[in-house]
Amino acid sequence: MAPLLQVTDLRVHFHTDDGIVKAVDGISYSVDAGQTLGIVGESGSGKSVSSMTVMGLTRAKNAQISGSIVFDGKELLTATEDELRRVRGGPVSMIFQDPLSSLHPMYKIGKQLVEAVRTHQDVSKARALDRAVEMLGLVGLPEPRRRVDSYPHEFSGGMRQRVMIAMALCNDPKLLIADEPTTALDVTVQAQILDLLERLKRELDTAIVLITHDLGVVAEVTDDIAVMYAGRIVEKAPKGAIFAAPEHPYTWGLLRSIPRLDSPRDEELVPIPGRPPSLINPPSGCSFHPRCPYVREAHTRVDPALEPVPGAREHAVACLLTGETRQALWAELASGADPEAAKAAATPAAAAGPGRLEEEGS
Amino acid sequence: MGTYIFRRLIWTALLLFFVSALTFLIFNVLPTADPAKLRAGRNQTPETVAAIREQLNLDDPFLVRFFSYLGDLLFRFDFGTSVLNDEPVRPLIFEALPNTLMLVLGAAFVWFASGVVIGTISAVRRGTIIDRVAMTTALVAISAPVYWLGLVALYLFSSDLGVLGLFPAAGTYDAADGIFTNISSLFLPWLVLAAAFAAIYARLLRSNLLEVMSEDYIRTARAKGLKERRVIFRHGLRSAITPIITVLGLDIGILMGGAILTESVFGIPGIGRLSFDAINRNDIDIVQGTTLFLALGVCLMSLLVDVLYAFLDPRVRF
Repeated sequence: MAPLLQVTDLRVHFHTDDGIVKAVDGISYSVDAGQTLGIVGESGSGKSVSSMTVMGLTRAKNAQISGSIVFDGKELLTATEDELRRVRGGPVSMIFQDPLSSLHPMYKIGKQLVEAVRTHQDVSKARALDRAVEMLGLVGLPEPRRRVDSYPHEFSGGMRQRVMIAMALCNDPKLLIADEPTTALDVTVQAQILDLLERLKRELDTAIVLITHDLGVVAEVTDDIAVMYAGRIVEKAPKGAIFAAPEHPYTWGLLRSIPRLDSPRDEELVPIPGRPPSLINPPSGCSFHPRCPYVREAHTRVDPALEPVPGAREHAVACLLTGETRQALWAELASGADPEAAKAAATPAAAAGPGRLEEEGS
Repeated sequence: MGTYIFRRLIWTALLLFFVSALTFLIFNVLPTADPAKLRAGRNQTPETVAAIREQLNLDDPFLVRFFSYLGDLLFRFDFGTSVLNDEPVRPLIFEALPNTLMLVLGAAFVWFASGVVIGTISAVRRGTIIDRVAMTTALVAISAPVYWLGLVALYLFSSDLGVLGLFPAAGTYDAADGIFTNISSLFLPWLVLAAAFAAIYARLLRSNLLEVMSEDYIRTARAKGLKERRVIFRHGLRSAITPIITVLGLDIGILMGGAILTESVFGIPGIGRLSFDAINRNDIDIVQGTTLFLALGVCLMSLLVDVLYAFLDPRVRF
């Protein structure tokens, strides 16, 4: 069966006065019906732009978009604005990071939901309002019949995000794109919203693309995870594999920079050194090499492709280190070593110098 | 809401008290022409002047005169009497008011409508030739003085001395003839008075709308699958226009005191014209009356605007 959403070699480049911003630079992924994909990355890794592009929301004069986005058998990149509009908010809908600024401050939430319903369904206002109330109830808003007459500012952050979710789901979408849906919320509320998404996914069988910078968030709800860095996917695997046997040094950095309940109390979180790279002048070779503790000379020249991890199903990584080296490094890191110690331990012949390590793809 | 309005009305009364005190002070204590001498006419003798001073109580202490004036104003809504021609001021103002109202409200409609339309088009077509032409024209309209614009308009379009003769000449409108009689005489004054305001509103709306269109909720509206037209008009304009309605109220309030230049150029017997003539003649009581009237207009309109704002923007509560 063809996947619900198939993104192939998507590139989104913006022409600006400072140069061409390669926000998304050749990514491919697919989402099956009812499945959840988590896209993880830092700010500026292209995760939001890629999903906005699925909705056709990045179309602008200065945007150059290529590749292919096939949703439900239909190519969206070449679709007309009218065709795209019918997809937006209908079969594909989206929720955003900041639920306060994402709702119109001057319209009652009932009105905003009714508008969403009536954009895609030919029903009376009363019927649309019934649907709105039903959806608000479904997402756990107390007294929905009464609250439709409230304005967004009269709700708490969590309630607003529930309203956004209700609005996104009111036309029975097949795919929900959630762009940092919990980032602006309190931690306890975050958990509630994630539980809600999890429950809705099961009840409504909606596929979800969950975009976040927080691996803890994707750990809760996703099936597959794609890690993005500098406009590309650097690692892609089922959730279990990402947490048990991550392959990319960037993923290691992400994992080690989040606190875990089961880790020793005195263990320090290890930040990833450096800053996300410029998307106008990305680093040569592997774009992570300026921040990678395990960088070799050749990595600054050779651009790694996303390739299957030998022996692992549905696990792909874009890294120039050999599989054995990566496994050894992760084993050391997972047991609590710092990156330098891991590097030393994982290379028994360290004295022989970095050149000893073989480099894939070179 | 009720208490808020009540509080604001108290403040309005207080403000009007200060305004009346200030105008009274300015015109009666600071050296201006002596009303009694003005009243006495050409062949005056010291005796007649003294008699007039006596008759008008001009020799009473300042405070006594002020409170007598204020008392008349408060209890009889009496703005005093023009010393020059012995006419009560109130009827003069109320005769002039319909002319000013017709001029200002008509012009306000013109400038608001055209400002919003031009501003919206400019914002939506940002950076195009349409936008640039509109904004440059707006700059010219803002920079052109009303009296100059008025004279140019008369020279080009008025039926008596105009090159094209499309509209009636200056001085042909008076609401006393019937509010809508000769209404076409107001077309030119409307356009002239509205020009600068329309330009300001267009620029204001353009920048507001551009700012609003980058808001998150506009992205949400697009993500809902709404047509771009609806996104702009229902979601964008709704937010962008609200602050402009506030400005509109205040501008109308200020013009209630008369659009002096426009009324003068086009010979409209409104409040501005009344003040202008009174100032020229040193007719203190009339100037005092129109000044107070202007203050009243501004206060009431700003109150109205603030109350209206609570309805326009649900986030505002008193």
